[in-house]
Amino acid sequence: MANLTINGKTINVDVEDDTPLLWAIRENVGLTGTKYGCGIALCGACTVHVDGVAMRSCGMTVSEAAGKQITTIEGLASNGALHKVQQAWVANDVPQCGYCQSGMIMAVAALLKEKPKPTDEDINEAITNICRCGTFQQVREAIHAAASA
Amino acid sequence: MNQHVMPKLNRRAFVIGTAAAGAGLAIGLDIPFGGPTVVRAADGSPEVNVWVVIRPDNTTVIRIARSEMGQGTLTGLAQLVAEELECDWSKVVTEYPTPGQSVARKRAWGDFSTGGSRGIRSSQEYVRKGGATARVMLIQAAANEWKVPASECTATNSVITHTPSGKTTTYGKVVEAAAKLEPPADVKLKDPKDWKIAGKGLKRLDTVDKTTGAMIYGADVKLPGMLNAAIKDCPVFGGKLKSFDESKITGMKGVKKVVQVGDSAVAVVADTWWHAKTALDALPIVWDEGENAKVSSESIAKWLAEGLDNSQPAYIGNQNGDAKAAIASAVKKVEAVYNYPYQNHVTMEPMNATALYTPDKCEVWCGTQNGEAAFAATMEAAGLPAEKCEVHKLILGGGFGRRGMTDYVRQAVLIAKQMPGTPVKLLWSREEDMAQGKFHPVTQCKLTGAFDANNNLTALHVRLSGQSILFTVRPAALVNGMDTVAFQGMSPSGDAAIGYSVPNLLVEHSMRNPHVPPGFWRGVNVNQNAIYLECFMDELAHSVGQDPVEFRRKLMSKHPKHLAVLNAVAEKIGWGKPAPQGVYRGIAQVMGYGSYVAGAAEISVSEGSKIKVHRIVASTDPGYVVNPAQVERQIAGSFVYGLSALFYGGCTVKDGKMEQTNFDTYNSMRIAEMPKVECVMVPSGGFWGGVGEPTIGVAAPAVLNAYFAATGKRIRSVPLKDQNITFA
Repeated sequence: MANLTINGKTINVDVEDDTPLLWAIRENVGLTGTKYGCGIALCGACTVHVDGVAMRSCGMTVSEAAGKQITTIEGLASNGALHKVQQAWVANDVPQCGYCQSGMIMAVAALLKEKPKPTDEDINEAITNICRCGTFQQVREAIHAAASA
Repeated sequence: MNQHVMPKLNRRAFVIGTAAAGAGLAIGLDIPFGGPTVVRAADGSPEVNVWVVIRPDNTTVIRIARSEMGQGTLTGLAQLVAEELECDWSKVVTEYPTPGQSVARKRAWGDFSTGGSRGIRSSQEYVRKGGATARVMLIQAAANEWKVPASECTATNSVITHTPSGKTTTYGKVVEAAAKLEPPADVKLKDPKDWKIAGKGLKRLDTVDKTTGAMIYGADVKLPGMLNAAIKDCPVFGGKLKSFDESKITGMKGVKKVVQVGDSAVAVVADTWWHAKTALDALPIVWDEGENAKVSSESIAKWLAEGLDNSQPAYIGNQNGDAKAAIASAVKKVEAVYNYPYQNHVTMEPMNATALYTPDKCEVWCGTQNGEAAFAATMEAAGLPAEKCEVHKLILGGGFGRRGMTDYVRQAVLIAKQMPGTPVKLLWSREEDMAQGKFHPVTQCKLTGAFDANNNLTALHVRLSGQSILFTVRPAALVNGMDTVAFQGMSPSGDAAIGYSVPNLLVEHSMRNPHVPPGFWRGVNVNQNAIYLECFMDELAHSVGQDPVEFRRKLMSKHPKHLAVLNAVAEKIGWGKPAPQGVYRGIAQVMGYGSYVAGAAEISVSEGSKIKVHRIVASTDPGYVVNPAQVERQIAGSFVYGLSALFYGGCTVKDGKMEQTNFDTYNSMRIAEMPKVECVMVPSGGFWGGVGEPTIGVAAPAVLNAYFAATGKRIRSVPLKDQNITFA
């Protein structure tokens, strides 16, 4: 049992304390934009923001997440407007299969909060999400586009 | 955004025979009273034909039978239909017809299979005709209403104009009348040079939902009362399930049922997948591993190496002159042995399918590259006839060939069958996905080249030894036992033809099929065949002190399209001109999937084993380019997939099982490792080639040849991680 604050709403989820946050979000809260890719915090498909920091939700338990502000891809847009990273993603036609992109977008949104004008090196260091389709070129272009938006 | 709604046809008893399911069958299909031939979509809008539905507000619904897995086919096919239809692109939405509907309508949408880079090239003609036919009918309907000859009317942007009078109407207004007309027997398609919608780098139609989390993949399906299943299949391929001790997990939270699946797997069904997986991990399972448990990568390699010996039987895939004799009498000969390992597809979305079974109906929701194969698997596993089955296709979280197989569909149905009336979603863990792949086949290759006294290449003998995909996956496609696909990139002609003329040539395949199940994998045999041939061409050139591009050119005069892409990348990368300090170049070309491709890489190497890829240039001639922006993305993505396999890939066998379990042991490239890919598109027209796969063939050899240029070391074995070569 844990009280999770997700996208501004506090939700009581009836799960064991050691349940990964990812599965509580997907199965108990029902927000499926956050994806399962590896379960060992390597691929980044499950990236969400926890108190504003990009975290891999498969590697974090609900008890660790309780009481913190969690934002998922569904909560990134505000007041009906897409986040500037999402807008840049649409403008640059970034996704291919799209499965990794929720996590990629969340990682980039957190990066831009910390470094509003990231260099290519900053991007290389911070964005370690796996994309098997290989959208990296568009990801990089869209990050720079979002940074200058 | 509601672009991927399944079309629901109103139904009324209507008997149709079909060959698709192997037998005639009866099926309900609604033919409303409004007109004897009008079929309506769920919202009542009429079909002009199976590809085109138009709503009163001019929204044009284009049906897409092929699967979208990231490659952009959904958008490209819609562009081709819209081009001929002359509709307003801003009002185009797409939807997937279901395989069940297609079967019921005598396979009205043709082939659903989406593999072999065929999504567009194999259906472009009939979908364009679908668009053109609809346009002719819509214009005719307007002409009838105006009582003028149709020849005096034109259509553009969903608006029909009677030129002499200036009268206009819209598709939405005449669609009811158009849908009742007889389709024209034949229509003329546009010359691609007149394209306005096709041929342009238009934005994809599926992007917004992929940036908001709204896109529903198979793994995201939710149905009322749905339970979730986690599965383990015998990790030794060919082994069986002996027993499992259900009592050890009875009472674990959320667990509803433990079920055997076929004769080799066990699944736990629970309220949530996390509960199912947790219980499955705690379930004691005993496997009957069988004889295959003795197999290892070493034993496979030894068996394949024996196949490199000329005394062993082999299928001949390409031959001219007498290569063996020419090599025996040559002034100089060069020989090398290469190998390429098993690879897993590792789609980001692990395999999954949701099934709902009752004795009267079985429905499946899944991502699949082959809706009709998934439908057939559903019928077989459910034991129900076609009219009692349905498959609802969802957008795929990656395919790369893996989702052309239907093992996960069969499993989902077999589980659901044991819980009639309850929908069950089966999701594989990443570990199960790594263990139960349909692997890129393992091969070795011995190449021998012979020169005359003037350093002219007089003979080339390529001897492949290893696994055939068709032998296991599609045995009916073998030609007198031979797997012609094994020769991709080295075939005498066709869509994967060799680009070199050698006076004496022999390409042969000693087929050896280990127990590991093979599957089509992005680029399939082009991956290793291009490494073998293109790295060896580099070896041959260096052995006689010639420039690798000049050496190739001399052998390519009868292959102008191969040569054109090679020349295009050579020019763009600056071949023959000095590279920046410490930077070295490699180049490769191949033909696959009907397209001609070439690639070149600029790399630097530090500490002898740390590679930085600075620049990649790629050229492709696919005949026609339907969406250049998407073609560029497929080319760049091919390098990511191909170089991931080169640097980090390789699946190894121990005790009959795969050793790699997740991204920690089967890594994939990150953004930091990938440079920009500069694309040079040289579509020469007159043929339709594929785009999703061919370029992957040149990724690895371009980098390997550059590595040789940088270090003087020839790498003949993949992956590079096994030789402690990494990205810098």
